[in-house]
Amino acid sequence: MSEPLLVAQNLCKTFTSRGRRVTALDDVSLTLAQGETLGLVGASGSGKSTLARVLLRLLPADAGAVRLLGEDWLELRGQALRTRRRAIQMVFQDPLAAFNPRATIGGVLADPLRIHGLADRAARPVRVGALLERVGLPAGYAARGVHEVSGGERQRVAIARALAARPALIVFDEPVSALDQSVRGHILELIADLQKSDGLSYLFIAHDLAVVRLIAHRVAIMEAGRIVETGATPQIIADPQSQAGRALVAAAPRLVC
Amino acid sequence: MNRVAGRLLHSPEGVAGLCLLVLLAAMALAAPLLFPGDPLVIVGRPLTAPFTDPTLPLGTDRLGRDVAAGLMHGAQTSLLVGLATALVALAAGALVGTVAGLAGGLVDEVLMRVVDAFQIVPGFLLALAFVSVTGASLPVIIFAIALGAWTGPARLVRAEVLSIRERDYVAAARVIGMHPAEIALREVLPNALPPVLALTAVIVATAVLVEAALSFLGLGDPNVVTWGSMIAEGRNVLRTAPHLSIVPGLGLVATVLGVYLLGEGLADAMAGREARG
Repeated sequence: MSEPLLVAQNLCKTFTSRGRRVTALDDVSLTLAQGETLGLVGASGSGKSTLARVLLRLLPADAGAVRLLGEDWLELRGQALRTRRRAIQMVFQDPLAAFNPRATIGGVLADPLRIHGLADRAARPVRVGALLERVGLPAGYAARGVHEVSGGERQRVAIARALAARPALIVFDEPVSALDQSVRGHILELIADLQKSDGLSYLFIAHDLAVVRLIAHRVAIMEAGRIVETGATPQIIADPQSQAGRALVAAAPRLVC
Repeated sequence: MNRVAGRLLHSPEGVAGLCLLVLLAAMALAAPLLFPGDPLVIVGRPLTAPFTDPTLPLGTDRLGRDVAAGLMHGAQTSLLVGLATALVALAAGALVGTVAGLAGGLVDEVLMRVVDAFQIVPGFLLALAFVSVTGASLPVIIFAIALGAWTGPARLVRAEVLSIRERDYVAAARVIGMHPAEIALREVLPNALPPVLALTAVIVATAVLVEAALSFLGLGDPNVVTWGSMIAEGRNVLRTAPHLSIVPGLGLVATVLGVYLLGEGLADAMAGREARG
């Protein structure tokens, strides 16, 4: 069997604020195969977002190792790191905060194409239009400001930005929790469809199992900086072993039937 | 941008400030046309009273130089010094503030201590010392005044950068592999500048006053006419010919007032934009 896409081993991260030490990641290990979705579930403050930010090299890990596409991902520096960043993209929780307030949608989507040399200047508008259409937005949106469209549309732009770099893995940090109930389903459908058509891997972070159940092949449950339980989604929902797992299943009433 | 301009034109301060500054700018630009040649040459009898000679509407000073010509050419110097100083101070402040805020750690410490060092010396003394050592010419004076004015923008930009660098859109730019220099220039700096622009009015006004004070003390550029040197010149005959000091003094008041009012109006107009999101 070939090496998994992403292997994280024994990641640790501690924050110190005003003399208090907070352990955000405590010996976290996980693997993610090509084309797989791993749902990462846990209560607020359990370290999910910290894990995402460490995996994206937005925060340095205190200890541990990550192999991405067979390379030592945490050792990369400078230009080598920026080039490899193409492989792992992220969709943030708050679609309003995730965009420069001055940016246009076309500019946002053209940036990764330009930085990674994926399309020359002349080809970029066409590619931007194609990206918009893939996430279900009209190509004419390219000229609009990011702040002129609705929250759901903006999250579609964020997904298009992640797709623009043609990554192997996309990390979704609670991508629907800031959205209206009515648009959540559509965004989740879009995310699932893209995986089917492109064979992408996802790390999908959520704070409840109801969202993850629809999309994840496997689920990892986090509590206080540790992964307390991992397993296939149906198995975890049917028979959670950890206390945190039982609490999460109980908190999503539709799952207990 | 258009909405900001629209709101500016609806605020009384903004309109008043804009009118004053447009008037002064027109004076500065028209000076070489209405009063061609050197405003420092002697054109008439010394101490001609204003409104007595139609060719010299504001009279002459102790040496017989045209006060009206001095007033208009002085507007040129004052506005030039004010704007150029603000430009230099903003550029230096934005550079230092951005580097300090983004780099953090030791670089931040060192740069901020340098800012402290400049800030504890009063700006006017700094300019005075610099000009007396290097000798007066317009570029030196601009640099000397900027020396005391760049610390405000540097601190403000750093504070903004510290808040902006934690935002998700900066993280998003890193995720797509953007170069740190491009992140600083395209993502961070443009969003850190608006509050600093409100500070510009204060810098321009201060620079105009400091330049006048330097000229008043005889440390201005001797080859250009400035309002400060005109007031200094008129001081000796303050009782017999007060208009020699009052006319350039009014010019100073109008400039500083205009800049402040425009700054207030601009700040309000931009705050309105932020409130509406």
